Amino acid sequence: MTLKKIAVTFALGSMALLTAGATVSTAQSHVNSPDPLLGTPSVATETSHIDGLTGNAESGKHLYRRFCIGCHGPDGNGQGMNAQWIDPQPRDFTEATFKCRSTPTGTLPTDDDLYNAITRGFVTTAMPSWRPLSPQQRADLVAFIKTWSPRWAKEKPGASLNIPPETPITIESILHGRELFQKLECWKCHGPEGHADGPSAATLTDSKGNPIKPFNFSTGERFMCGDTNRDLYRIFMTGLDGSPMPSFADVIQPNDAWDLVHFLRTLQVALPNQELTLWQSYKAAHGKDLKPIGPDSAGGAQ
Amino acid sequence: MSKKFREGANPMNMNWSRWKTIVTSAFLLIAIMACDVRTASALPTGKLIAIPAFARKYGLPCSACHTAWPELNNFGQVFRDNGYQLMNDRDSPIWQNPSYFPISFRITPSWHRETTTNQAFDTGNGTFTQSGFDLSGMDLWSAGTLYKNISFVLLPSSDPTAVWHFEAAFIRFDNLKGTPWLNLRFGRFEMDNLISEKRFLFLSDNGGLYQIYHFNVPGSINNFGYGDNQIGIELAGHSANSYTRYSVAMLSSNEGGVNFTTDVVPGAPPSNRTYDVNLAFSQAFNAPGGSGESGFGLERLGAFAYIGQRPTGYLTEGGTQLVGIDNKPFYRIGFAGDLSYKNLELLPLFMYGHDNPYLGIPGLPSTQPLPPGAQAPTFYGGFLEAHYYFNPQNVALARFEQISVGQQAFSNIGDGSGSNGNITALTFGYRWYPIMFSRAGVALDAEFSRVRTIGQEPLGGISTGAVADPTAATWSNSYYLGFDFDF
Repeated sequence: MTLKKIAVTFALGSMALLTAGATVSTAQSHVNSPDPLLGTPSVATETSHIDGLTGNAESGKHLYRRFCIGCHGPDGNGQGMNAQWIDPQPRDFTEATFKCRSTPTGTLPTDDDLYNAITRGFVTTAMPSWRPLSPQQRADLVAFIKTWSPRWAKEKPGASLNIPPETPITIESILHGRELFQKLECWKCHGPEGHADGPSAATLTDSKGNPIKPFNFSTGERFMCGDTNRDLYRIFMTGLDGSPMPSFADVIQPNDAWDLVHFLRTLQVALPNQELTLWQSYKAAHGKDLKPIGPDSAGGAQ
Repeated sequence: MSKKFREGANPMNMNWSRWKTIVTSAFLLIAIMACDVRTASALPTGKLIAIPAFARKYGLPCSACHTAWPELNNFGQVFRDNGYQLMNDRDSPIWQNPSYFPISFRITPSWHRETTTNQAFDTGNGTFTQSGFDLSGMDLWSAGTLYKNISFVLLPSSDPTAVWHFEAAFIRFDNLKGTPWLNLRFGRFEMDNLISEKRFLFLSDNGGLYQIYHFNVPGSINNFGYGDNQIGIELAGHSANSYTRYSVAMLSSNEGGVNFTTDVVPGAPPSNRTYDVNLAFSQAFNAPGGSGESGFGLERLGAFAYIGQRPTGYLTEGGTQLVGIDNKPFYRIGFAGDLSYKNLELLPLFMYGHDNPYLGIPGLPSTQPLPPGAQAPTFYGGFLEAHYYFNPQNVALARFEQISVGQQAFSNIGDGSGSNGNITALTFGYRWYPIMFSRAGVALDAEFSRVRTIGQEPLGGISTGAVADPTAATWSNSYYLGFDFDF
């Protein structure tokens, strides 16, 4: 066998592969053909804008098929082949209802919100962090997700919540937060000690009618929408749309919200934090003066 | 029916698109078979790795972690680097349904035809040809987490006749001190190769190995193979997105052998008492510009170095070899890349190998002086592999390999020329994944591989064990069609 024959072999092999590849590609182009929605200007041009990145829906479509389709489904309705095994259920993009937002309840999230959700993942669910994808890929996915619901063509995202500077962590702030925890009836779902065992806990359902559990503060699990106090503040000022967790933006003032944040941290007994340390010192000295949280209680010190 | 993804895009659905794909894939296979240039064997294909057990645990499709299984994409790499954890709060096995068991099976029924020229037979010289239906080895994979940040792999693997060995078995302590930069692995494992032979997409006898990963200069007593699993301890780390990765491993100088021998099966020669070191580093980066602007994606470049020793003599008792002594060094250095441009992925690798002269002279312990003219055996070469992804379910493959012998210890093997032992290899393949569930995977694999070896037996192909003319080229061809399934 000579080099000439190697060359002939290479050429024949290449031709065979290219011929067959082109045929397969043709067949697959049917499979991957742009759908009617993407063919329309309003959807084909769907983009996202995140910190100087422009996401492209067409690119996002291919990423969605590779990474997301198993859970969120070929129709984006959260009914992928794995959905039946997943609790909580994957997000239904056709409703354009998202839990983790910086925007008021009932409004669309910003591109940054969706990007942050993809990047962060949801630690208490099957949704992983997609940080291994490049920023551009994540931006492309955001653009594609926005093609699933006509709401994105008709509405603009709400204005991002302006979070004021955090107030000092003091025992007064924690005690006031405890009063609010009682007054706003947070305990009815989350339980008096934050064990997710309030009287309403077993009855909760999400917007699709699926049973949903309130957050259990005592286990040490991280919050699904971010770990920081600012994230916690944002959660109850915007609510978690699609879940029973409402927005308290119209109910409490920013300083009250920070007090509630400080108290909630004391419920996270498995996660050492400044608020918990302060609270435990206070309880050691004044525990007997505290009314238990629950029915017929004012929640604060006597 | 999906509005954005026609039914054929969903492996759950069986429709006309699927059949079109079947027909076109069949055409492809026939086309490859038709390329019957005159004609040309296997590292166990059971060594390949894909783990639907993880897909079952997390509910992700194969394509989430694999460019085309078993090859990892960057998300899969991060998952592996994190100790088979997604780093959410559901990684610990306590969160799994009690019926879940982290195990998967893999075997490949196949048809293949192997031919090799320049072979010696009792009846005369000629071409050795075999053809028929066959099985690959089998993997019985168990892997996952024992606890948060403690992971494990146990991989009993058999040859096609069900002779078993432990291909990999290790425990890994992940994210020590809370940082991804410190992970400690202990046991038998694949070294941190940027281009993994355990996760590649080729199965045929000739194509199912990277030649350079198993090459040694003709006449050398060095048994080291860069692609072989080794046994020892590894400190490895990575950035959060695994763009930056490093590995430092201290390994027994026995080619991954167990029971103080040089192989994983009983009866292997004894090993020596020294340790080797493997170093690997890689860095990935994103090409600048928005999607579609440049076409480039995540690009990774890396370098590696292996510094080892092998014995030139043995302590004996009654003539029985007990332990290797009189060790002499060797090293392998090189660089590799994983480059992408649109749907095309390129995997280049270059390696340089250097052995101590004593390792090139069988039977000469290093306690004796080198004969005049003895020189260090060296070689260099590598490969360029290309993958074209029509979509996550269809990938076309090609690979070109070239290895050149720098020098033999005495230039006295074959025709004594510097080309003796040189290898040129070309492999084409196509893999179609009709099933990519999160619970199982099936791939139809078609390959043609052709290898030319000067004066030596092919590393992977079929052979009689003796070349007829040690000065001539030996051509070895593999035609392969197999169903690669993993549950």
